[in-house]
Amino acid sequence: MSPDLVVHGVEWTVKELFVYPNEFIYWSIQIVMYPYMTGLVAGAFVLSSLYHVFDQKGLKEIAQFSLVFSLALLPVAALPLLLHLQQPTRAMGPLLTPHFTSAIAAFGIVFTTYALIVISEIWFVYRKYFVEQVEALKGKTGLSNSVTRLVYQVLTMGAYDIGDKAVAIDKKAAKILAGVGIPVACFLHGYAGFIFGSVKANALWMSPLMPVIFIMSAVVSGIALCMLTYIVIMEWRAFQSRRSASEATKIHGAEKEVIFEAKRYLLGFLVAAISLELLDLIFRGYTAMKSWDILRSVMYGRDFVNIFFLQYTLGNLVPFVLLLLPKLTIKRTVVALILVLFGVFMMRWNVVIGGQAFSLSFSGYMHYHIPVIPHSMETFKEGLFGALTVAAIPFLLFSVINKFVPSLRSR
Amino acid sequence: MTCSRRQFLKDTATTTLAAALPVSTMVFLTPGELKAAVEDKKTRWTFLVDTNKCVGCGMCVKACKLENEIPYDSPVTRTWVERYVITKDGEAHIDSPLGGRDGFIDDKIRDEVIDPKDITKAFFVPKLCNQCENAPCVQVCPVGATYQTEDGVVLIDRDWCIGCGYCIMACPYGVRFFHPVTKTADKCNFCYHRTSKGLEPACVQACAFDARKIGNLKDPDDPVAKTIATKRVAVLKDEYGTKPHVFYLGLDENVR
Repeated sequence: MSPDLVVHGVEWTVKELFVYPNEFIYWSIQIVMYPYMTGLVAGAFVLSSLYHVFDQKGLKEIAQFSLVFSLALLPVAALPLLLHLQQPTRAMGPLLTPHFTSAIAAFGIVFTTYALIVISEIWFVYRKYFVEQVEALKGKTGLSNSVTRLVYQVLTMGAYDIGDKAVAIDKKAAKILAGVGIPVACFLHGYAGFIFGSVKANALWMSPLMPVIFIMSAVVSGIALCMLTYIVIMEWRAFQSRRSASEATKIHGAEKEVIFEAKRYLLGFLVAAISLELLDLIFRGYTAMKSWDILRSVMYGRDFVNIFFLQYTLGNLVPFVLLLLPKLTIKRTVVALILVLFGVFMMRWNVVIGGQAFSLSFSGYMHYHIPVIPHSMETFKEGLFGALTVAAIPFLLFSVINKFVPSLRSR
Repeated sequence: MTCSRRQFLKDTATTTLAAALPVSTMVFLTPGELKAAVEDKKTRWTFLVDTNKCVGCGMCVKACKLENEIPYDSPVTRTWVERYVITKDGEAHIDSPLGGRDGFIDDKIRDEVIDPKDITKAFFVPKLCNQCENAPCVQVCPVGATYQTEDGVVLIDRDWCIGCGYCIMACPYGVRFFHPVTKTADKCNFCYHRTSKGLEPACVQACAFDARKIGNLKDPDDPVAKTIATKRVAVLKDEYGTKPHVFYLGLDENVR
């Protein structure tokens, strides 16, 4: 068969027993990345809102960072969808000609609303800083200075008033936006859960709990990623300053209080997420509908290691214990956070790939072999490197955004 | 005349509401809905498969692939035939190599030789799109590229499909796939290009055993409509509430 005649899904699907001829793993790694990245966005925003709305003072430092980080994550939430489309040039279709009975059709609207909220909130939080930068760079010579100043001038959007009254209004606006943002962030992600939960043809996905499970695990992963990135950046800076600078400019690493405060929320959401997932599992087993035979053989058989060892034990139980044991250190927190992030990723994997691990005929199985070495655009996009690209972009974006909108205390 | 900002906003809101209320009582119809409301639909394409007559020759699959330009050697197909062999232990051995395109000439089912003495019953079941009345694929398409015609057939607009695969996921029957050439969702449409010209679908024409028939459910004199009305027929997976319109005679409980 010539390469242009390759059927989508054939390259990474291995069938076993009886599977309908047209069944393949159509939704592969990029669709695992989609809810994962969306979850990180939503979680990061919720973490920042805990400070802005509920005045959790202990979270101040990480809140600022989470807000900016959620902006860096934002474009990447849509990227996996674009990469998986068979007709990527028509990606704007759902925005321009939405068909509203489809759950996907609302994506553009929800996503845009959320993006506008995040961007406006950041603008209100940083407007004073932008104006200060414009003032500070006034009269300084050099191309980079004038370019930077121009960028900040554009960012102020002409609002130069930084009197007490104006700044107070900024704060209030940011607080309102953060408050509105929480339900919108939850909606953005709960709705990703709805996309799966409403597919009645899929025995594993079909569940009204799916959106709620997605929201809970989203917040877990978002908080974990923000904490982890925060710790890594702060410790790296501390390490650099210890190496190079004199005693006077030494800086501390991550603040333990910040970490421990954020940890409490992480654990709370983790408990909620696990409870719901277990409820879903127990309910399926107890009601034992027609699909349960094949679901059981997938969950307790083929995907046992993925679900019960990698997701529940390594990704949930171990970090849970690590974070609860007394005398928590930063190092132990880092290990726990990495495991939490891995656990949430495995949950997405087990939902998306696990949902396609069995045939609609309930008489056969499909295995997903993720393409590692790409030999075509498709095997790149829907393979390991496509996923890694998606995962790396938020950090690149953050490093750029953070240059203009510093979200971490500087030296 | 002076008008405070508050007053202006108030008046604007009142006017908008007053204007919106009568408009909201109206119902906006698409041209299709309008036509359907004005004149009664005269056609509802429906399909009848007699599993007792199917011998698993695969001619229907061949004809379909050629007629609808589905690459002949690719594993995807708009229609296929499944072979069921039920053994004494109650187990169903099912296969459909290449969709049954080349017929079932091998006794083996996935390299497994079944002793004829162990077989209690065996039969073939042709499958195709059920053109559901309540089609989940139509519901989930984010751009409306999949739609249902007035006469019940679900079609796909290849120029509009974005290739997200949501419809493929939503179909409980697994009839949808990505066309290897157009890279858009694809499935059986009862050969709409033929039926709308008064011809039979390619698979119906190719079937030498009368196992496949197409008819109009709205026409009381139609032979297929008569069979569905008078004989004991069944549909596939009615538990999904899709209201499928491919009816089967002699459907066994083992059929998936």
